[in-house]
Amino acid sequence: MTQVLVIGAGPAGLAAATAASALGADVTVLDSSYDLGGQYWRHLPSTRPTASEGILLHGFERFRELRERLENDSQVRILTLSQVWAIDRNPDTRNAGDSSVGDRWRVHVLQGVPDGHDRLALTIIPDAIVFATGAHDRTLPFTGWQLPGVFSAGAAQALAKGERVAVGSRVVVSGAGPFLLPVAASLVQAGAKVLGVYEASTISRLASGWLPRPWQLLGAPGKAAELVGYVGNHLRNRIPYRTGRAVIAAEGDGRVERVVVARLDANWAPIVGTTRTIEADAVCIGHGFTPRLELPIAVGCALSAERFVAVDHRQATSSPGVYAAGEITGIGGVDAALAEGSIAGHSAAGGSDDEAAMSRQRRLRAASTRFAARIEAAHGIRPGWSQWLTPDTLICRCEEVSYGRLCDTSAHTGSAGLRSLKLSTRAGLGICQGRVCGRTVEDLLGRLAAGGLIDTTSTDRRPIVSPIRLGELAGGTVLPPAPPPPGNTEERE
Amino acid sequence: MFDVVVIGAGIVGAACARKLAMLDRSVLVIDSGSTAGGTSSQGEGNLLLSDKAPGPELVLAQYARRLWPQLAADLADELGREFPSIEFDPKGGLVVSTTDVGASPLLAFAASQRAAGVDAQSISIAEALEREPDLNPAIGAAVFYPEDAQVQPAIATEALLASARLHGVEVRQGVEVTGVMVDGSGSVVGVHTGRGDIPCGAVVIAAGPWSARVARSFGLLVPIRPRRGMVLVTSRMPHRIFHKVYDADYVGAVESGDAALQTSSVVESTAAGTVLIGSSREQIGFDDRLNVDVLRQLASKALRLFPFLHEQPVMRAYGGFRPYMPDHLPLISADLRMPGLWHATGHEGAGIGLSIATAEMIGAAMTGTFAEIDASPFSLERASLAPFLVEAA
Ligand SMILES: Cc1cc2nc3c(=O)[nH]c(=O)nc-3n(C[C@H](O)[C@H](O)[C@H](O)COP(=O)(O)OP(=O)(O)OC[C@H]3O[C@@H](n4cnc5c(N)ncnc54)[C@H](O)[C@@H]3O)c2cc1C
Ligand SMILES: Cc1cc2nc3c(=O)[nH]c(=O)nc-3n(C[C@H](O)[C@H](O)[C@H](O)COP(=O)(O)OP(=O)(O)OC[C@H]3O[C@@H](n4cnc5c(N)ncnc54)[C@H](O)[C@@H]3O)c2cc1C
Repeated sequence: MTQVLVIGAGPAGLAAATAASALGADVTVLDSSYDLGGQYWRHLPSTRPTASEGILLHGFERFRELRERLENDSQVRILTLSQVWAIDRNPDTRNAGDSSVGDRWRVHVLQGVPDGHDRLALTIIPDAIVFATGAHDRTLPFTGWQLPGVFSAGAAQALAKGERVAVGSRVVVSGAGPFLLPVAASLVQAGAKVLGVYEASTISRLASGWLPRPWQLLGAPGKAAELVGYVGNHLRNRIPYRTGRAVIAAEGDGRVERVVVARLDANWAPIVGTTRTIEADAVCIGHGFTPRLELPIAVGCALSAERFVAVDHRQATSSPGVYAAGEITGIGGVDAALAEGSIAGHSAAGGSDDEAAMSRQRRLRAASTRFAARIEAAHGIRPGWSQWLTPDTLICRCEEVSYGRLCDTSAHTGSAGLRSLKLSTRAGLGICQGRVCGRTVEDLLGRLAAGGLIDTTSTDRRPIVSPIRLGELAGGTVLPPAPPPPGNTEERE
Repeated sequence: MFDVVVIGAGIVGAACARKLAMLDRSVLVIDSGSTAGGTSSQGEGNLLLSDKAPGPELVLAQYARRLWPQLAADLADELGREFPSIEFDPKGGLVVSTTDVGASPLLAFAASQRAAGVDAQSISIAEALEREPDLNPAIGAAVFYPEDAQVQPAIATEALLASARLHGVEVRQGVEVTGVMVDGSGSVVGVHTGRGDIPCGAVVIAAGPWSARVARSFGLLVPIRPRRGMVLVTSRMPHRIFHKVYDADYVGAVESGDAALQTSSVVESTAAGTVLIGSSREQIGFDDRLNVDVLRQLASKALRLFPFLHEQPVMRAYGGFRPYMPDHLPLISADLRMPGLWHATGHEGAGIGLSIATAEMIGAAMTGTFAEIDASPFSLERASLAPFLVEAA
């Protein structure tokens, strides 16, 4: 029986596990979180939502159905609180050549609460892998973004949805993209006053992204209904939704007390003389998403020009036996993630392309893909944003590296190398390992270097995916370590 | 036209270019990648005497160690305060044996080094614990090496290049050398690159582990192979490790020619507050994929030295390819097979430290001036290399 390992239990991973099991595969689905559901569904309450929450909890029924089905499926093993911290080659097949598909990878997992002291070490050697690790929000830096009271949109939404806690009482939402709207709606539900949602893209760009082919929106029905719902909600609550504006600074004594909002031109550069200061105690920021690519990179999956995992019509990556679905293959929302997940799970379990069951998923995927392209056209980051930086603005918060430091070091070394510049500025070398600032550091250093950056490294490459204690790493290893027995091995370390 | 083209903008090429410019040569440095993009930013920055047995490499390392303090001061003066510090830190090394059987070889090794002029102080276990209070007390012997030091290798490379530029050197990134141009007598007159030909009077190959490949494109055999190494980096913590602390079996790993995996635990804290644990040695070609077993070994050996690190998170692992020579000595030499061609490479796991002395040797040899130490052990003509210079049938 094919052993399929699904990494990530968001919409894409849950759909993949379901589809793989339907073809008779032996499925393990794991997630680092304490519950299934991923970024969008994880924070649902355990009871049925009230009608007024309905719009926030999009697809609740769908989620419950998927979860119950998996939980009751004896072929499916669900592992929560299970963090994949590394993938390497299975030493038993390391020299087997590229034609061998199964058994090629060893997936290293730590199971248990991250700050607990008795995480269990698992090593899984599956026949096929589905990556469904999603994305985290991208946040462009601005002066004062290190102050307490600045949140990523995703974190703010998680608190609001999961714990009914609003991040502040007077909150400003700023960034780009349609997902700012549900974030604002969640905040209102949790009792905050949302002073404004500031969308960086100008109205004309939004119009050219969204309006010319409205019928395509209707091709992704769930999505369209949802967006209309959010807009209605906004109007009802009179949250000002302003386009062509951004929070360009946060100020306050030890925490956010005020934010500075400026108007932006079509390139996202702030327009001189248009700033306005707003009293606020929290600001939520989201400028789209960065896919979690470290595991796909570890197994050598090719990436697309837009830096998502490249997949074919079967959701197969360039690495044999490895499939990918959801946000890591492109930003398309829940519906796209579900459709891609189903196809990936089906393919990973050895299903053929031409089965009728998949044609519906393929249609859904196609509709959502168009949606994703339009999000990018309307809300994609424009280069003018860097004009709201000052020399003192921190770019890397972990290591407190300022924009001025990046400029000086780039000018003085003349290096065109990301690795060298990171090491000489320390940008991206802190505890988050560049998850927050990596793409920004690449972007800014690339603009500062005379001919752009030329080395082949990227801030997405992280062989150690999440921190692991030295004790956990050393475990009970005998020196030199015995190769693990074939198949799934579990050992307490 | 340049007097000299240096191939490779790693620390060795950088140091050589700077030195040659100071000797009034016009110099171009070419790198197929970026500056400090190769091995020089993929390892650690130990400047060690402690791991070197008496012999020519130790003499070179001692020479380099004499040069580093002045170089650090010169670079700081030349480059000013806005240039990041190279973090030269003469913090000293503490070598211990974690096994009883390791104790007497360590003490004998230290005695031989003392005879060669190394300050190698056999200290009691109590004294070792005074220097490193968190060290595992279950050690067999300890030797303190006050001369061991460290730099931040990527910044040191960039600083040498920046200084070289101030002395007139030109640096071109993203230009690959693809071959050599020779005249009728077989002497070097230039290099072919991906962006056209560059005439020059002499060429220095300082391409680290890729030096064999460059030499091959010139039609010459140079027996340098990559030797993979991995390093673990922990999250920041308050300083609790004050020296470079190693296990005595590190010395064995360095000197070994064995292709199989070897690890040794060199544990040290950096200026940034992280702890570096490295490094492994494996001959697996240019394969840079992760092997978790290597990381596990590094971790368990580090814990044998510092049990308190048990709870410390590792946040990153990185690695590179040491330019490995079959007889464990660098190649700092003219190539008599092709007049005008020079090699400055093959420093294996010590190229950061040795770069600066290498530059002095190349400078002296090219200008025909007096070299402070004997160059013959590093020559391509040395007897120990001869077996490796014949093409396998
Ligand atoms: C603030 C915000 C608002 C949004 N609003 C909407 C909306 O209104 N409508 C809509 O359609 N979409 C919305 N989205 C997008 C939606 O969340 C995603 O489209 C969807 O969740 C993607 O599903 P996925 O399965 O690809 O990834 P995710 O849901 O992100 O799931 C990935 C899972 O993988 C796990 N994981 C990652 N790495 C590892 C690892 N190494 N080991 C173990 N587990 C791992 C994670 O814990 C996570 O649970 C929003 C997103 C955000 C951030
Ligand atoms: C894990 C590890 C730990 C280490 N620890 C230490 C230590 O503690 N102390 C120490 O002293 N040393 C250490 N080393 C060794 C040290 O890093 C190397 O000896 C040193 O960096 C070699 O420098 P280099 O300039 O010769 O090579 P590199 O830095 O590799 O530079 C060579 C350059 O040549 C370029 N190049 C290659 N081919 C071409 C071509 N055809 N055309 C143009 N350019 C080309 C490459 O792009 C590269 O930039 C360690 C190494 C590793 C891997």
